[in-house]
Amino acid sequence: MAEFEPKIIAFACNWCTYAAADIAGTSRIHYPANVRIVRVMCSGMVDPIYVLKAFEMGADGVLVAGCHGIDCHYLNGPVKCDAMFEKLKRVVNTLGLEDERLRREMISTSESPIFAQVIEEMVEQLKKVGPSPFKVKMEALA
Amino acid sequence: MEEIKTGVYICHCGLNIAGTVDVEEVARYAGTLPNVVVARDYRYMCSDPGQALIKDDIKNLGLNRVVVASCSPRMHEPTFRRACQDAGLNPYLYEQANIREHCSWVHDDRQIATEKAKDLVRAAVRRVFYNEPLEIKERPLNPNVLVVGGGIAGIQAALDIANGEHRVYLVEKDPSIGGHMAQLDRTFPTLDCSECILTPKMTEVGQHPFITLLAYSEIEEVLGSVGNFKVRVRKKARYVDEEKCTGCGVCEEKCPWKVDSEFEMGLGKRGVIYIPFAQAIPNVATIDKERCAYFLKGKCRACEKFCDASAIDFEQEDEIVELEVGSIILTTGYDLFDAGRITQYGYGRYDNVLTGLEFERMTCAGGPTGGKIFLKDGRQPESVAIIHCVGSRDENYHEYCSRVCCMYALKYAHLIKELTKAEVYQMYIDMRCFGEGFEEFYRRVCDEGVNFIRGKVAKVTDVALTEGEQGKLIAIAEDTLLGEIVRVPVDMVILCPALEARSDAENVAKLFTINRRADGFFMEKHVKLDPVATATDGVFIAGCCEGPKDIPDTVAQASAAAAKALSVISRGRIVIEPTIAEVNEALCQACGRCEEICDFHAPKVISKDGVRVSSVDAALCKGCGACAVVCPTGAMSIRHSTREQINGMVEALLEV
Repeated sequence: MAEFEPKIIAFACNWCTYAAADIAGTSRIHYPANVRIVRVMCSGMVDPIYVLKAFEMGADGVLVAGCHGIDCHYLNGPVKCDAMFEKLKRVVNTLGLEDERLRREMISTSESPIFAQVIEEMVEQLKKVGPSPFKVKMEALA
Repeated sequence: MEEIKTGVYICHCGLNIAGTVDVEEVARYAGTLPNVVVARDYRYMCSDPGQALIKDDIKNLGLNRVVVASCSPRMHEPTFRRACQDAGLNPYLYEQANIREHCSWVHDDRQIATEKAKDLVRAAVRRVFYNEPLEIKERPLNPNVLVVGGGIAGIQAALDIANGEHRVYLVEKDPSIGGHMAQLDRTFPTLDCSECILTPKMTEVGQHPFITLLAYSEIEEVLGSVGNFKVRVRKKARYVDEEKCTGCGVCEEKCPWKVDSEFEMGLGKRGVIYIPFAQAIPNVATIDKERCAYFLKGKCRACEKFCDASAIDFEQEDEIVELEVGSIILTTGYDLFDAGRITQYGYGRYDNVLTGLEFERMTCAGGPTGGKIFLKDGRQPESVAIIHCVGSRDENYHEYCSRVCCMYALKYAHLIKELTKAEVYQMYIDMRCFGEGFEEFYRRVCDEGVNFIRGKVAKVTDVALTEGEQGKLIAIAEDTLLGEIVRVPVDMVILCPALEARSDAENVAKLFTINRRADGFFMEKHVKLDPVATATDGVFIAGCCEGPKDIPDTVAQASAAAAKALSVISRGRIVIEPTIAEVNEALCQACGRCEEICDFHAPKVISKDGVRVSSVDAALCKGCGACAVVCPTGAMSIRHSTREQINGMVEALLEV
């Protein structure tokens, strides 16, 4: 059987992390192809519904990444994102999902190596944790 | 609903994409997706022939959605949006899949990269299905500018704008414009007289045909947004008719009641009816109602008897002035740190401990001592200590550096040497002499025989330990260069208090819906790249309300703010981005959470036809989406970042 390849959805803010991923491309910094990036205007725009939708659809991991506080294009987006994220983490735990599946990062435009590193770490950790229990259940039902 | 017809275009980008991704396979796959009527691949989609492919298909196949899979949308989204627009398709019905930066450039394996590219294209096709046509709106703007605060920053900004022949309303809370700069004696490092360079500008403000000066007035309310602010100003009653008053000053002379002059920092007296200083603009008298015998006890009216112009009007009332302006510049300045808070320095307890601004008035030729330096008992000092960083660079008070104190302390040392024979001791933490001509001035003062002691003063005391200290004030510090405690006996101590945010800065920030930094000063939009703009479009800041700075920096910043305001005016209209928050009024419960979370004060709960709903001011909203996240009913959404669009992408990315 082929090795388990986790699927990761990364919500990336347009001004920082999405740009960092762009620069990772320009600089040819390679990272695992397990991640799919969804562009949002601000990390503070990430509705918990989006994250829960990703898990519902069988994502093995979700990354919410945006600017550091001081870089925010909208002043305080990261602070709002953090507040949302704290609540979301509890919900995700309640659902029986492991801590490793949900990650919050602040990655500025200049930190493309960090973006690549975060994806590598997540893939490695998720390979250890295994497929999302939701996906396993869905596949069993199908 | 009209049938969705999507065209998908896969770019080779030479070999940049095609070298890693099987672009033909991706195009073939795209052709199988729902609502896709055409899918093509082409060498360079951004080239003219590439764009022509899209335009022709829009016209010939009736496409109403377009997806290009190519580089980052941060690169060519504007290009392809324009191509759509040229062919008559609303540019917001376009979507871009990033298969270069996020795929072909970061992965090696052709099969894996091709699969990922397919996922990204599928997500873009799904998202574009939910895209809606959006219109960029424009609305007219009012070209008038409000400047709040009549110090040197406000004066400069008002003149720059008025010289461009735009109407400026300059509002000043005190009876005269001039601010702190009018109180200064000479300006470092050139030692030119502050009043001499300031008063011509003040006169120009007073006479300028495009400046309406509202002195002795305060802002009460600000409504609206960039381009269309409505401002309510309270013009406080002076009890003197400004039109009739000639500024002759006889009333002040005849007023039997004398009180400490604020302008002279309490070193001189003024009448209860007074003109704050000789060059005041407007040059009219004001009655200090709180202390006027007539208002307190019902009799006196001496000023009225002696006023030839019959300008005194005890019946005068505050006047409310409504202004309409398109942009606002705040130049509200600073307060001085209350040196009495550091009790160990003895300010207010020892006669000869002064603040810098008090000393300024003393050395000013037009000041209360006629420019002579005196101790309280009338003697000239034989020794003076100047204590730096009083409340600045001190974690107990303000951590920041006040930026001007080192230089004015050097100026004081020079003036003391010039006017007396006193020994001068600079007691400093670090000498920060960074501006044009500053270092040279520092060298000059060093050469004049001033003593420099590197150490923060711990205490000023009059308890003498030796005979030489008898009758003196003793400044005690650790000289960090010698590594020992020093006691410096002097006749006079000058404190250099921190420049701090105005005591009413919080209220002013609320009034104009701008933010403050942790140190209390007004916060710029971007500390490096947008230093005079604020979180609220159309509201700019300049001078010391933004942080301590010297006169040249203040003037430069004021001109920068004026240029920003002029750039708003010269556009002639306000462009409103469509990608902002929108309220579904049927769902809104008027809970106000959107209002609470928004840093730009865009949503407000209002009453509409008797029903309370949230309403978004399009000119204030930046489209960050925080309100939509906290909205408990889903009434709030962000155009072009809707739940359907983002959830649609997530679904599409994961459904295979």
